[in-house]
Amino acid sequence: MCSGRVDPAHVIRAFSKGIDGVFIGGCRLNECNYITHGNYYALNMVLLFRKILEHIGLHPERLRIEFMSGSEGNLYVEVVNNFIKKVKELGPLGKGEGIDEDILKSGLAEITRLVPYIKVVKNAKLRTPLRNPEEYEKFFTGDEIDRLLNEVISYYIDPEKCRACMACAKRCPVEAIISAKNRIHVIDQEKCIKCGTCFEACPPRFGAVTKIIGEPVPPPVPEEERTIVRKSKEKMIDNPLPID
Amino acid sequence: MNKAIHIYFAQAIPLVAYIDESCLYLKEKKCRICQRICQNKAINLNQMPEKVEINVGAIILSPGLEPYDPRLKDEYHYGDFVNVVTSMDYERLLCSTGPYQGEILRASDLKHPQKIAWIQCVGSRQVTEGGNSYCSAVCCTYSQKQVILTKDHNAEAECTIFHNDIRSYGKDFERYYERTENLPGVRFIRSYTSIVKENSETGNVTVRYSTSDDGVKEEEFDLVVLSVGLNPPADVQSMAEKYGIELNRHEFCKINPANPMKTNRPGIFVSGAFQGPLDIPESVFSASGAGSQIGELLSFRRGDLARERIYPPEEDLSGEEPRIGVFVCHCGANIGRVVNVPSTVEYSLTLPNVVYAQEQLFSCATNAAKEITDMIKEKGLNRVVVAACSPRTLEMLFRDTLREAGINQYYFEMANIREHNSWVHSKEKEAATEKAKDIIRMSVARARHLQPLQEFELPVNKAALVVGGGVAGMTTALSIANQGHEVHLVERDVDLGGTAQRIQTTLEGLDVQAYLADLSGKVYKNPLIHVYTEATITEATGYVGNFITRVKYGGRVAEIKHGAAVIAIGADLYTPAEYLYGEDDRVMTHLELDEQIAKGDEKVTGAESLVMIQCVGCRQEDRNYCSRICCSESIKNALKLKEINPEMDIYILFRDMRTYGFKEDYYREAAGKGVRFIRYEPHDKPQVEAGETEEGKSVLKVTVPDYILGKKLEIDAEIVALAAAVIPSAETAKLAGLFKVTLSPDGFFKEAHVKLRPVEFGTDGVYLCGAAHYPKLLTETINQAYGAAGRVLTLLSHDIVIASGSVCEVNENKCMGCGDCIAVCSYGAIELRTTRQGKKAVVNPVLCKGDGLCNAICPTGAIKLKHFTDEQIVSEIDAAAPEEEIIRQIDAAVASM
Repeated sequence: MCSGRVDPAHVIRAFSKGIDGVFIGGCRLNECNYITHGNYYALNMVLLFRKILEHIGLHPERLRIEFMSGSEGNLYVEVVNNFIKKVKELGPLGKGEGIDEDILKSGLAEITRLVPYIKVVKNAKLRTPLRNPEEYEKFFTGDEIDRLLNEVISYYIDPEKCRACMACAKRCPVEAIISAKNRIHVIDQEKCIKCGTCFEACPPRFGAVTKIIGEPVPPPVPEEERTIVRKSKEKMIDNPLPID
Repeated sequence: MNKAIHIYFAQAIPLVAYIDESCLYLKEKKCRICQRICQNKAINLNQMPEKVEINVGAIILSPGLEPYDPRLKDEYHYGDFVNVVTSMDYERLLCSTGPYQGEILRASDLKHPQKIAWIQCVGSRQVTEGGNSYCSAVCCTYSQKQVILTKDHNAEAECTIFHNDIRSYGKDFERYYERTENLPGVRFIRSYTSIVKENSETGNVTVRYSTSDDGVKEEEFDLVVLSVGLNPPADVQSMAEKYGIELNRHEFCKINPANPMKTNRPGIFVSGAFQGPLDIPESVFSASGAGSQIGELLSFRRGDLARERIYPPEEDLSGEEPRIGVFVCHCGANIGRVVNVPSTVEYSLTLPNVVYAQEQLFSCATNAAKEITDMIKEKGLNRVVVAACSPRTLEMLFRDTLREAGINQYYFEMANIREHNSWVHSKEKEAATEKAKDIIRMSVARARHLQPLQEFELPVNKAALVVGGGVAGMTTALSIANQGHEVHLVERDVDLGGTAQRIQTTLEGLDVQAYLADLSGKVYKNPLIHVYTEATITEATGYVGNFITRVKYGGRVAEIKHGAAVIAIGADLYTPAEYLYGEDDRVMTHLELDEQIAKGDEKVTGAESLVMIQCVGCRQEDRNYCSRICCSESIKNALKLKEINPEMDIYILFRDMRTYGFKEDYYREAAGKGVRFIRYEPHDKPQVEAGETEEGKSVLKVTVPDYILGKKLEIDAEIVALAAAVIPSAETAKLAGLFKVTLSPDGFFKEAHVKLRPVEFGTDGVYLCGAAHYPKLLTETINQAYGAAGRVLTLLSHDIVIASGSVCEVNENKCMGCGDCIAVCSYGAIELRTTRQGKKAVVNPVLCKGDGLCNAICPTGAIKLKHFTDEQIVSEIDAAAPEEEIIRQIDAAVASM
């Protein structure tokens, strides 16, 4: 596997487990073991997640990537020693930064949940190779990350409009839509990865899935009120519902 | 000193003890203690040598070399001063199985030497009694390696290298030289030396040398390393008689410059340093190349003596609870000296699902593999963890061991407790033992989640494609075709021949044009070779064993199906922008000079004075490599000119003369014929200006500092020849993209492994030879071209090829059809297919190389890289993290501080 295979979820997992620093070693840039130059992707992932660590109050230096070849043992030792020294200076995760343990835990849990969403939004940027080290720091800005994490998109099915056609539920990649025939569909916000597939899948004539930005999602319709009362099937085909 | 019973060396095959001639019983019929003590009664002191007759169709001689013995020259005081050692002795000091378990100690007082001197060219480049006139070709670089390793052991060590020319002419060697030179406390001093005396109290050794700044100096060193050269094998004369082969005047094998693997006796070939001083990659080229030439002779009975390996049928263990066996390797002393192996074994037994654990001296040894298979059966293991070295070299071997035991090979996991642990923590033994336990715990955690995977059998198309019709391409094509395989040879130009068309003779005197005519004649006449000239490759798809390449030639397009591809596109010559090149027609490149000499151009052959400038456009920041061939080329041209016009004044302005190997003799010959060699430094390069002599004759004024005379020299030259750099062919990047292969930092093609796989790419089924790999001389190109053919045959002689089971797979239900995976896959292995549930990604496992980028980029986790799944990786991360309880204790301890 390539350094580009390191998933941000792995990194956050390590921090969630109380690890104080995460180091990723990749091939030297432009000397890819494959032909894919996945180390550029790993680099961007690290740059992005350093900003995200900062957003939840952790020191970005706790995550580092370095590029070297298998023959550069000395460099590896030097770099790792240097990293360990830095992490020791920073102190234990969260404590060093003076964040409350519960806040840290909930912050990391939130990021874990948002990893798929972050990928959906930032994948195009993650794929852009940065040739010039001067670009590294400014490639992802603090404002950008604040926007990304404060104005999180949510999807919500308007119970008034949902016709329980199952189109969204069938396409949902993470089975987050609670659905059945003639039952109003509901998105399980805990499972939802905010990919927008349901938004695309909902027939335009229903337009039941709405996108909510940075606002809380209305509570789901109670179980007992989800049954849809409708006229006979034939009628429905003869007389499709208006789009709005 | 070894005892009479010993193991030859740590990785010897077979790895068993033997008794040598120093045995007391063999000498004096005494002792026999070993026989009494051996419980298995394995010792037979009456064994006699046997004579065995074997009928063979061909022979390869690869007797290697003998290190030069510095006792031949008293002046080195080797064997006299205890702190003067050879580089071979020093190699043993560096080795973890060496006399001090890898610690660098002086024999005199068992202290760490702080000041170490290397003396280069010991026994080499000498015409005095007891020395060799040739250059041993490898010592400059191996000494640099020893310096780097010494600094690794002891960062404070002061290392001094006394040298003549530094000959770092191999691929990436210039960067290596620079890296060594830039280490703190490392001095390179260009000076002859003499070893003056030994301090009777300290054992230190005094070396006398001189520099142009300080004159003659004496300096004391704790240890002096003699960089000994390469001699022919010790019993070379009797071997030559036995096989009826001729030796050259240095007593190496006499070889044909047009085929350096051939001896004078048909059917007898030579590989390795018996050709002359060679480094490892070139020995490997020649080994594979000699194999290919024997294939040409004997291919009609290929496989007759081969026996197919039969593995026991694989059991389906997927439903079983994991039963893990852990084998912890001592690696001789490499691991065992640092890590407390028995305690890691004990620890392993406490881990979940581990049902068995044991230690092994060398897990890679044949008997150890047998132990593993036996234990799998006896203990009913269904997962195996070997805690040893990096998986890079031996994972394949252990997987095979699992197959032998009838379980899926992907149930194997390796914990690297050597490179990642014992080698870097040799001074922290307790911490290293704890770290070994951590690493084993992580591997065991991953092993619990391993899945059996199936590999793919792909058919092999028996034809080969060779790109480039120069000497390298033609030689490879012929050798492949002579073993019964169809070859498609694609050449960009009208004629075959490449750069060799512009060269008249080699330094050794080979008539290149006659050779080339003969070679291309053979290529055209071979019914199995299809030649495409004025051809370009427009598309290359497919994979190992099954490539499809489209070639445009003469207004037509051919679609070629082939199993293997060889890239042999050669190199280009740098067009100098310096020294008035292109502005004054009296300034030319060395290749143009060669052509003008051949044409008999009076302006050149009749010149009174000619200056050659070396290293034009390379060994500098933007092209940080040595072009390797130019020193020999310039010497060749100088000798040719001296032959035509002995009165001509020829100056060669150089940085280091790199006439390695036997080429040194020609350098000496040129100096003897009055060619003047003037060294310059890169920060003070020669200057070339148009000017006039005192008599008013128009000349080129060349100014250069002379470090021996200590002043500026002004030379009136009629011709200036520039040793222009050899640069990667302009086609390189395009072909690399088409065949999905990689390039080195210098822009030449990058082989899969410098020493282990020097003629193949990381991309399966694609091979490499000639100057496309790195600049090289004709004979070296031929060596490598046959080498590539040998490797191609190892693929084409099989009917099927196996592709890894560690590839990506899509769970359609989770795929949202975003296509991000396709964007990151450089192999074109993924495509979107329309289904009733919308677009879904599909992986072609044969094209997938298992880098796993798609897995990391996939937002929904729909695509996964088998054998490196999130579940497996996360289980390792979780196992790496200390338990909550431990964290709490640490935090409490920190808080109370």
